[in-house]
Amino acid sequence: MDVLDKIKQAVDSHPVVIFMKGTPEMPMCGFSSRASQALQACGEEFAYVNVLSDPEVMENLPRFANWPTFPQIYINGELIGGCDITLEMYQNGELEKMVKEAVAAKAGQGDSAAQ
Amino acid sequence: MTAERVAMIRERLTEALQPEDLDIQDDSAKHAGHEGAKGGGGHFNVRIVSPAFAGRNLLERHRMVYDALGDAMHSDIHALSIQAKTPEEL
Repeated sequence: MDVLDKIKQAVDSHPVVIFMKGTPEMPMCGFSSRASQALQACGEEFAYVNVLSDPEVMENLPRFANWPTFPQIYINGELIGGCDITLEMYQNGELEKMVKEAVAAKAGQGDSAAQ
Repeated sequence: MTAERVAMIRERLTEALQPEDLDIQDDSAKHAGHEGAKGGGGHFNVRIVSPAFAGRNLLERHRMVYDALGDAMHSDIHALSIQAKTPEEL
């Protein structure tokens, strides 16, 4: 699969996904660490992609969304930003609201697909 | 090296966004030696106040800063922390 398709699939198949250096348990960069902590604090599960373990994704992610740095956080298939924006949105309460709505909407889709 | 990079960032942001206030901190020393710093690019903090951000959301403001810095985002700058405000928001 083309690497851009692979990135798109990761973004589309999870309500919340962070592309980061390292993992939420063992982040390898302060910015990735702070952004993933903010997501964890929202109290919902989220997906992550460790770009250090996939050099092809790391190289191509910046052009996928025209965003040059890591981490990158996607909610409902859309880039919300990097570490600064994620933290600012966490502090003003928007992040938790967006995350909870996205997770609830995805769960709703799953139910209707199963029926 | 550091002073040149800060001057380059200042010049590009000033030209593109005509800021009323612009503060650039070089945090590279704090990150020397960590995994992400191996490429040689620096860590910078930018606080920029410009009327150009009016009506733009955070994502758009950060993109405007990245666009202004252009190719430096791929070489001289490894990490950039941005605070982008309009004069009215201060």
